[in-house]
Amino acid sequence: MGFNLYDFTTFTHNLHIWFLENMSPGLATTVEWVIVGVLYIAFVALLGLFLIWAERRVCAIFQQRLGPNRVGPFGLIQTIADFIKLMMKEIVTPRKVDKYLYNLAPYIVICCLFLTLGAIPFAPGLQGLDFDIGVFYLSAVSSISVIGILLAGWSSNNKYSLIGGIRSGAQIISYELSVAMSLITMVILAGTMSFSGIVEGQRDLWFIFKGHIPAVIAFVVFLIAGTAETNRGPFDLPEAESELTAGFHTEYSGIKFALFYLAEFLNMFVVSAVAATVFLGGWMPLHFGGFEGFNHVMDMIPPFVWFFLKSFGLVFVLMWFKWTFPRLRVDQILTLEWKYLLPINLFNILLMATVVLTKFHF
Amino acid sequence: MSEIKEIFITSDKIKTDDYVINMGPQHPSTHGVLRLLIKLEGEIVLNVEPHIGYIHSGIEKMCESLAYNQIVHLTDRMDYLSAHMNNEAVCLCVENALQIEVPDRVKYIRTIMDELMRISSHQLWWSAYGMDMGATTCFFYGLRDREYILDIFEDTFGARLTLNYNTPGGVMFDIKPDFQKKVKDFIKYFRNKLPEYDQLLSGNIIFTERTKGVGILSLEDTIAYGVTGPSGRAAGFSCDVRKHHPYSAYPFVKFEEMLDTTGDTYARYTCRIREMWESMNIIEQLIDNIPEGDYALKMKGVVKLPEGQYYQRVETSKGDFGVFIESDGKKNPYRVKFRSPGFSNMFALNKMAKGLKIADLVAIMGALDLVMPDIDR
Amino acid sequence: MTNEELIEYLIQQFPEATVVQGTQFVEMTVMPESLLESAQKLKSANETSFDYLICLTGVDYPESIGIVYHIESTKLGHAMVLKVKTANREEPVIETLTPVWQGAKYHEREVFDLLGVKFNNHTDLRRLFLEDDWGFPLRKDYVDDVRIIER
Repeated sequence: MGFNLYDFTTFTHNLHIWFLENMSPGLATTVEWVIVGVLYIAFVALLGLFLIWAERRVCAIFQQRLGPNRVGPFGLIQTIADFIKLMMKEIVTPRKVDKYLYNLAPYIVICCLFLTLGAIPFAPGLQGLDFDIGVFYLSAVSSISVIGILLAGWSSNNKYSLIGGIRSGAQIISYELSVAMSLITMVILAGTMSFSGIVEGQRDLWFIFKGHIPAVIAFVVFLIAGTAETNRGPFDLPEAESELTAGFHTEYSGIKFALFYLAEFLNMFVVSAVAATVFLGGWMPLHFGGFEGFNHVMDMIPPFVWFFLKSFGLVFVLMWFKWTFPRLRVDQILTLEWKYLLPINLFNILLMATVVLTKFHF
Repeated sequence: MSEIKEIFITSDKIKTDDYVINMGPQHPSTHGVLRLLIKLEGEIVLNVEPHIGYIHSGIEKMCESLAYNQIVHLTDRMDYLSAHMNNEAVCLCVENALQIEVPDRVKYIRTIMDELMRISSHQLWWSAYGMDMGATTCFFYGLRDREYILDIFEDTFGARLTLNYNTPGGVMFDIKPDFQKKVKDFIKYFRNKLPEYDQLLSGNIIFTERTKGVGILSLEDTIAYGVTGPSGRAAGFSCDVRKHHPYSAYPFVKFEEMLDTTGDTYARYTCRIREMWESMNIIEQLIDNIPEGDYALKMKGVVKLPEGQYYQRVETSKGDFGVFIESDGKKNPYRVKFRSPGFSNMFALNKMAKGLKIADLVAIMGALDLVMPDIDR
Repeated sequence: MTNEELIEYLIQQFPEATVVQGTQFVEMTVMPESLLESAQKLKSANETSFDYLICLTGVDYPESIGIVYHIESTKLGHAMVLKVKTANREEPVIETLTPVWQGAKYHEREVFDLLGVKFNNHTDLRRLFLEDDWGFPLRKDYVDDVRIIER
């Protein structure tokens, strides 16, 4: 079935040819890298500002009060004001911290964030890295943030940071399994690990409908595990310890704290974006197999609008969790993963494999 | 060689230090200035030692140089969430010592204000507890509803927290004409809102997993440590002073004492929520029948108690509050002692929290509803 | 038991103690040497079974320091007051009642802190509110130029 979604590959291809015509190949590649880097940094900055503002407004609505609404229209410039304040703060480095590791930790977390963002398709052709093994790459790279958190906890020379960092590390490592397994379930359905291939495969129906029961189970497990991965929501005992202090990033102030904070929000966005891509079709509009007219209507909305709608919808769901539920204790978090989610995942993989082999899907 | 083997096999030869964490006097949650020294082994609590005295103001010593109607003003500042009941305790002690009977109107007003204060104290407790557990939204819901009660207080007394409404012989001023209507409106409003609290927190499986079976205190220990109030009733200790030694208008109302048998944190939580329902029932029985009359007796300017020792108990929202006055016939008391419920409740913490995790300690402390000025006096 | 029955029972069981009807409760004054034994008997006897220690107060009298225990029975519902006076004011020493009522441990620490009464066999006799080198504020002869303003 034909459709007229704008494909960015033509645009990028033409740009690439233009660069090659005007400069040497090495310089062209370097310029392309710089442009892509700057675009990503700008995207991360803008998205971070927007997400933090959204979180404050959404949480205010749940708590029946107004959020920031004075600075700028609807309080949109509030986050910029906060970041200016954070950047002007004195960066206090406590005595006897391991200086190298202390300074390194926030940057590792941010680097991991950029690496994961690079693999997600925002629109046809608009994707940083298009591997054949996209899903595998994503699982591997998102594990790097654990190192950043553990380093932050250890190098702060503070008992609470150490406890917070170790708890957080244990939690993230455990939930990586669930994340990877639920993604594997969908890879079985899609038949390919590359993200663009997965999105293309949802052209006639989104995977969450296509794979009915096992896909829905995988979706729920992925959302739970994704929230735990980013230390958010009901799983934020290592960090929002209202009993002790702020967990592994207690001793960080100013711009370094801002980096951790930003990384948390954007990791949440990455989790939602990956869920939207793998389960809800990414930038693919809602198509139903044989309804041509309906599909044409859906195609009128540009693909990146679809993508952001789905991602922000899931971000809203994740924020909803955080402001409604109390916190889980750390041994309950680990019990949830090892005793409940892992067997469910394994069973689900078998179920999906059966479904695919017997072609019992839409 | 054999010594080295010995060291590795019997690990008690290896010297280890205890890992002691300090939950310092400044808390992100609203417990007040309490310092806990927690000895840990990994995540398990071996020993909890509270250090208090950060807000010790010497109230008992101050009372020895004040007149009896001036002592009332100091009692507000102890357990400020049940200020009215503290005031009432001192006034009742003085009135019983002088063997005077206050008019019925005073008794009804005092009891209605008691119960409103109890509801507002439990609302603040619930808000802070939800926030401690991580469900920050509870904080806003509880405080939003508490504002209605504080508005009623402000209309009647002029103050929201430190009320100074009671005085030996009666109350300071009469209630306003629209008092009954306001209270009835509030009760109607709150009856609709209280199920929301259950939906948000009590029914949540995360919450029940964190509180059921945590911090169990057996009935013998409860009585031995003197843990009263909803914390004690959760273990089955029937200690409600309103039932056993009724005062003010409590002989005229019918209500139930909320008992439970498990003695864990969840039982303490539900006892308090049920107490809120029961308080509303008590207010409804009293609000329409406030008798006419004087709002205070004419008392002499200087009150002197006959010689002897007097003890008066009231039921505050935390438990069994007692006032012990020893008088030698002069216009200042010889010794005043306040038996604060928080003091006895808090020191059972070590027994409850041994062997549990740090996060459980927070859950237990929240359910005990500690107010530090009450403990430190 | 009512107050009269209680007085009769106590006079019978504790011949050396002084039993008198106070303003509200029956007040029994014992000697410091027989304090622990009397308390244990009051708790374990089936007719009295005083298992709940309501309040433990220290009072500074001119010749000695008195300790007042308000106790209640949860089973039988009666209450009474147990009083004891130390031998002197300079070196007040009393037996601890923690083996009888566990909550007394911390009340006794408070009395030690504010009045200076030492308790024998107390497992953890430290100050509770104040620092180690403070005086004993609740004593009548406590003088503090900085914090107390005499009128």
